[in-house]
Amino acid sequence: MKDDFTELTYFPGCSLATTAKENDRSLYVFCKRHGIKLKELEDWNCCGSSSTHSIDHHLSDHLPARNLSLAPPDRPLMAACPNCYRQLKLSHLRLLQNPEAQEAYKQMWGREFDPDLKIMTFFELLSDMVDAGAFDTRKDGLKGLKVATYYGCMLARPPIMRNEKNFYGFMEKVLAAMNAQPVQWEQSAKCCGTFLTVTRPDIANKTVEGIIGSAEQVKAECIVTACAMCHMNLEIRSKLPGKTPIFHFSELLSLSMGIGGGMGWFRRHLIDPRPLLRSKKLIG
Amino acid sequence: MITTEQLDDIVELSKEDRDFPREVIRRSGVNIHMCWHCKTCSGGCPFSGDMDYFPNQIIRLVQLGMKDEALESSTIWICVGCHTCSIQCPQAIDIPAIMDVLRQMAMAEGVKVAQPHILNFHKEVVNSIRRHGRTHKLEIMMRYKLSKKDWFADMDVGLKMMQKRKLDLMPSKVRAISDIRKMFHAEQEGANEG
Repeated sequence: MKDDFTELTYFPGCSLATTAKENDRSLYVFCKRHGIKLKELEDWNCCGSSSTHSIDHHLSDHLPARNLSLAPPDRPLMAACPNCYRQLKLSHLRLLQNPEAQEAYKQMWGREFDPDLKIMTFFELLSDMVDAGAFDTRKDGLKGLKVATYYGCMLARPPIMRNEKNFYGFMEKVLAAMNAQPVQWEQSAKCCGTFLTVTRPDIANKTVEGIIGSAEQVKAECIVTACAMCHMNLEIRSKLPGKTPIFHFSELLSLSMGIGGGMGWFRRHLIDPRPLLRSKKLIG
Repeated sequence: MITTEQLDDIVELSKEDRDFPREVIRRSGVNIHMCWHCKTCSGGCPFSGDMDYFPNQIIRLVQLGMKDEALESSTIWICVGCHTCSIQCPQAIDIPAIMDVLRQMAMAEGVKVAQPHILNFHKEVVNSIRRHGRTHKLEIMMRYKLSKKDWFADMDVGLKMMQKRKLDLMPSKVRAISDIRKMFHAEQEGANEG
């Protein structure tokens, strides 16, 4: 049976709830326009992010588990951020393999572990929409915008997740269907450095400049990211003169439907993308 | 012929800690002996150039029981767990899971932490989650800077983010904060049990 994606429990995660509100808003608008209802997970907590699995594996087990326990059973749980997805899915897979942990989960949260809860990324929803031909009529769309699609580490995952869906090349496929021109480039799957941006800016700078430089080399007009953390790092860690705008994937999806100008999303960018969008007549 | 200087580099297995590899395997659930040192991980790692040991060399240290070298390495702190190595490893070894265990062993054993600022940053993230159930970036940054006594680096970035309203003054909070307390409490008990 095909999954029903018309109504989803939505896990925004800390970045989309704060620093990357424009990512969150554009995702909402895009889904709403396509008749998909996102219901935010009630009272969600941080997925644990990089720091808990780094220094405290107990917390790294508990934090995503509480979120799973709050998810209503009748609809899928969709994470916007690839790292939140990884944490939630890992937690679910580990619980599935461990009856003792399921018992502890029940004790802790007073709710049964749901082995059938579907946990998915925003990409899986989009993939379903692509299959249904949702974007085929977008003749005008993104008006030939030359985009470098940046995945960072979202295509990588621990061995336990190797049977999960893989979205290599997916952004290119969707953006091409929306009349953008995805470019071929070198560093599309190179990790952005996540927390090294704070703790070791020397490493983050050269990493990000390598990524952006590689996109500029193939004359990309902009870079699109699927993760809010990557978006921030790419925006703040390059001193290259080019000032290539960085978009959230959800912003380009909304732009392809003519939504974006006047929404206040682009004003929040540290590298102003509006001159590019105006020159492409994508905003007024 | 081996020179006298080279003799200093010889690892005497009888002197190394034989329990160490067993402990890492037990805690990570990863069989480190699967590694045949093809170095794919080290070639693919985006940050191996900034590590003191390549990822496969860390595995080698563990295999040989060279605990101090592994726990005091900078590699275990520089690794961000991006899993680029995991998808490339022909033996499907979860290398970041090994790094997680080594980091936590380094903390528990009180060895010299090679990248103390990275540890401080992680602690501030965890503290923020303890307080709010979610991460509050402005608070994490302020406290991290306080611990590092480094107020001026990245001031321009911080101000720009404030100006763009990307750093909220107030945290986004979990309402059922007792749930969060419960996790930290359970975590402490777990830590006491080892």
